[in-house]
Amino acid sequence: MAAILQLKDAIAEFVRDGDTVALEGFTHLIPFAAGHEIIRQQRHGLTVIRMTPDVIYDQLIGAGCVAKIVFSWGGNPGVGSLHRLRDAIEKKWPNPIEVEEHEHAGMAAAYAAGASHLPFGVLRGYVGTDLPKHNPNVRFIDCPFTGEKLAAVPAHRPDVTVIHAQKADRRGNVMMWGVVGAQKEAVMAARRSIVTVEEIVDNLNAPPNSVILPSWVVSAVSEVPGGAFPSYAQGYYARNNAFYKQWDNIAKDRGTFLTWIEEHVMGTKDFGEFKKSIESAVTHV
Amino acid sequence: MSERMPEYTADEMMTIAAARMLRNGASCFVGIGLPSAAANLARLTHAPDTVLIYESGCIGTKPNVLPLSIGDGELSETADTVVSIVEIFTYWLQGGRIDLGFLGAAQIDRYANINSTVIGDYDSPKTRLPGAGGAPAIAANCGEVLITLRQTKRAFVEKLDFQTSGGHMEGGDSRARMRFPGKGPTAVITDLGIMTPDPVTKELTLTSVHPGVTVDSAIAATGWKLKVAGEVSTTPKPTDTELSVLRDLQARTAKAHAGQD
Repeated sequence: MAAILQLKDAIAEFVRDGDTVALEGFTHLIPFAAGHEIIRQQRHGLTVIRMTPDVIYDQLIGAGCVAKIVFSWGGNPGVGSLHRLRDAIEKKWPNPIEVEEHEHAGMAAAYAAGASHLPFGVLRGYVGTDLPKHNPNVRFIDCPFTGEKLAAVPAHRPDVTVIHAQKADRRGNVMMWGVVGAQKEAVMAARRSIVTVEEIVDNLNAPPNSVILPSWVVSAVSEVPGGAFPSYAQGYYARNNAFYKQWDNIAKDRGTFLTWIEEHVMGTKDFGEFKKSIESAVTHV
Repeated sequence: MSERMPEYTADEMMTIAAARMLRNGASCFVGIGLPSAAANLARLTHAPDTVLIYESGCIGTKPNVLPLSIGDGELSETADTVVSIVEIFTYWLQGGRIDLGFLGAAQIDRYANINSTVIGDYDSPKTRLPGAGGAPAIAANCGEVLITLRQTKRAFVEKLDFQTSGGHMEGGDSRARMRFPGKGPTAVITDLGIMTPDPVTKELTLTSVHPGVTVDSAIAATGWKLKVAGEVSTTPKPTDTELSVLRDLQARTAKAHAGQD
């Protein structure tokens, strides 16, 4: 059964220094609040996994929490580069980070294998690309039935997966809808998991198939309204494109970035305070 | 033709020329940016029954405005169905359900192999780009692939800094020998013209230039000695309908995204 915890307590209990952590989400329902709490609690040496590391990974990397990144597309969606990710790779600031790079299809197969407790995922992939030359975790096998050459990637087995969803009930059953990405697989592949939700309700009134994670496969559920900001939560709020555009300027410069993190993340006690602190900087929070 | 200023931009011509390549009824896997604009223009003009698919899992989506990101709410709200990422890459893409992939790129070579990973050395890059995303799987698995990008010497290079996604590899039958499921790029559409692979050597060949563009200027914007077809046609200029639908779409998009600023 999932424990209903304050986010601060959930991160303190389930995310440890040196862990392999997946904060999954594909543009939609990005667990920003949880990422901020990891920064506030100054976790370090993390291996972070994500198909599409975006602004929250930029913040984790710039804040010095990350030792290694496993990913397949790292950018600010619709805007351009992640400057902190680039600075870490290009100039090793604030610390060098190890990179394990995949294509999306390989990451998806690795999560599905992790959720299935299989040692590796198999796919007809990594063909025609230089990625295997730089990633020793991409290997090739012969199909035992047809002889076809197929790609294999080791299963993702995060120590902890963190996602954001729309709703949970008081027992911790989780409901989400819209673009659901690889979140279900990432939670089921992980040893521990934290789900932040827009709201915890008495009764989900859930149509069949809409509870994607029953309570007993989740470690902790935390209620954090607006916890996916500046990404969106379908049915609750739209994506704040203005923030993503502003992030480009904030993250471009090390000093501006550090000031921003200090003021808005380290200098606030939780996500509610964070959002208040940037209300003056961003309209339409 | 007179030398007066054209009544449309080079980018509009590129988007319209790319849109025309989309066959009505085709299932089309769409990248963000230029491909997304062209695919939606096609859907709103000659190809209303095309099935647009974005890698966020949105299938048969009919966005009223162009998405800023690949997983915008606009895409899921107007989709026939939304599936998980694992499913989109397995049952749909690897499953061979997609007729056409529509990609952009930072660099391209003469065999339409593309780079969206790094400029410079991989381990100490000059510019770190976002990376592969779904592109290698799209390039490998779709029935055919269209590529659209602006034509410059920096983008059209003799040798890619990194090969992210496979086109016709080293040319000739080299792609076929690698047993890619799909047949690879069938056209590259730029702001200057259209290139298609030679049927035998698979080298990109300039077959059409847009109105007002010379063959020499296309050659000059290419980092290798661009092969030119014996007869180069001129791309038909945008029709009033194509232009007005594209401009309406872009105006709606700008308004929608500005509304959130």
